[in-house]
Amino acid sequence: MPDQESDDLLRKTMMAVETHQTIEAIFRIERARLIAGLARMVRDVGLAEELAQDAFVVALSEWTKTGVPTNPGAWLTAAAKRRAIDLLRRDRMLARKHAEIGRDLSEEDEAGIAAIEAAMDDDVGDELLSLIFIACHPVLSREARVALTLRLIGGLTTDEIARAYLSSEAAVAQRIVRAKKTLAKAGLSFEVPRGEERRKRLVSVLEVIYLIFNEGYSATAGEDLVRPALCAEAQRLGRILAGLAPEEPEVFGLLALMEIQASRLAARVGPQGDAIPLTQQNRALWDRLLIRRGLAALERAEALGGAAGPYALQAALAACHARARSAEETDWPRIAALYDVLRSVMPSPVVDLNRAVAHSMAFGPEAGLALLDAIDETALRDYAPLPAARGDFLFRAGRRAEAKVHFERAAGLSRNGRERAFLLGRAGACATEGATPYRE
Amino acid sequence: MRVMVLVKATEDSEAGVMPTAELLEAMGRFNEELVKAGVLLTGDGLKPSSQGKRVAFDGPNRTVIDGPFAETRELVAGFWVWEVKDMAEAVEWVKRCPNPMFGPSEIEIRPFYEMADFGDVVTPEIAERDKQLRAKIPGL
Repeated sequence: MPDQESDDLLRKTMMAVETHQTIEAIFRIERARLIAGLARMVRDVGLAEELAQDAFVVALSEWTKTGVPTNPGAWLTAAAKRRAIDLLRRDRMLARKHAEIGRDLSEEDEAGIAAIEAAMDDDVGDELLSLIFIACHPVLSREARVALTLRLIGGLTTDEIARAYLSSEAAVAQRIVRAKKTLAKAGLSFEVPRGEERRKRLVSVLEVIYLIFNEGYSATAGEDLVRPALCAEAQRLGRILAGLAPEEPEVFGLLALMEIQASRLAARVGPQGDAIPLTQQNRALWDRLLIRRGLAALERAEALGGAAGPYALQAALAACHARARSAEETDWPRIAALYDVLRSVMPSPVVDLNRAVAHSMAFGPEAGLALLDAIDETALRDYAPLPAARGDFLFRAGRRAEAKVHFERAAGLSRNGRERAFLLGRAGACATEGATPYRE
Repeated sequence: MRVMVLVKATEDSEAGVMPTAELLEAMGRFNEELVKAGVLLTGDGLKPSSQGKRVAFDGPNRTVIDGPFAETRELVAGFWVWEVKDMAEAVEWVKRCPNPMFGPSEIEIRPFYEMADFGDVVTPEIAERDKQLRAKIPGL
């Protein structure tokens, strides 16, 4: 019966599609761990990725015929391992032929293979952690570290990375190829670094993850104000890292910072795509689950003795806002105190500026003005938030005429249309006779 | 995407039968896997429905009903919240979960509504906030 036949065909097609989706999901789950295990074994990230890819290709053709095995992870590992051993044997054979040495190398071969087997049976978590350290290795440029981390750990395709960074696929692919070559040439150790080396390298890992998060959060390129997919990816990387390095306080500091900042994603962009400042956001839109996770991660960072770490401090600042049910309930004295600490751990004129704002909110505009006067302005010459803050402090101190000048200066420096209109509005309000004091 | 993973109740879980040490250990390993994969956001187990209550709504009326509740297999005994790429990944993770109950049992996966699902729908709150913001900016 033709109907029966077409039904069968349809069912088979649907099953094939479903199997394909299942296999893709398995790849996504297994990929990073598989590459990590192979990388340690063959000491080459590029080759490891190729071997993993080969194993997936084999799996795809096998599993669509035989169905997915009960333990697909072990199946993939075994397939990749076999392939790696074949490669090793072939390389050894070639080497032997080239050298034209009659000596029997089979013992050495077996030792090599045994080492490979041992490497693949190592603690999986350790291997993945080692791969993260390699992808974020300081021999690579920041851009290369970001691309390689998204590719190897995040499992993003070069096309996905290119779209996220508004770059071309060819450029990203080339960056990744070059990064892999640099790593291969550097002859790096694939062990997880320890001691002082680990501390230094961890800084780079955290920086890479936060760079990815910030690219999503403050979208430096393109029309969108935020690209939530990049934030989500960075959060996932942070969560993975927290699972693999549960004793590192700054890992939890960074995770806390990202979870709390991401909790506001839905609230910080208005219906017209405009940015809504923190104090004016609808707090009902904040993601309570992420806030709870962020606060828990911060608590963990502090319990590990990391309260004064730069990420933990920034997370503690974000937590002050997350804990306040309304903008009026914000604990500004605590925020001011945290900025006092942050500026000694992470000195920067922008931190100094934010510190002045916090002090003005906690202790009045004069306190803010005094701190502004102490800031080295050369680094913030064309930075609109500086005159905007000064204008705000002067306005609140009742010095309207001076405030107007600074609001206008800030408007002149701003490159964002909405921000400029807002600042000009505040400048205009300075001239209004008997206007009520402006409140954020 | 965010999903809620619901562990359905069984006669055992409703009777308050505690899991064996082996199951607890296997579940612990599974949870650790989820954490290391960056998938697990939160989760917990729930006491039997005999400890629960329901509030029934009918117009202005509210009626409180004490547990236990009859339809055992539809009750929830525990839950996780996961962040995954798609439903296929969630299914794949659930398949790796040890059977959470002694006998046959079921785990249900339900995706959360996300911002994108609401499309251009703007809540009155958001519209009002935008209006307030604009009122502060003369000339807009």
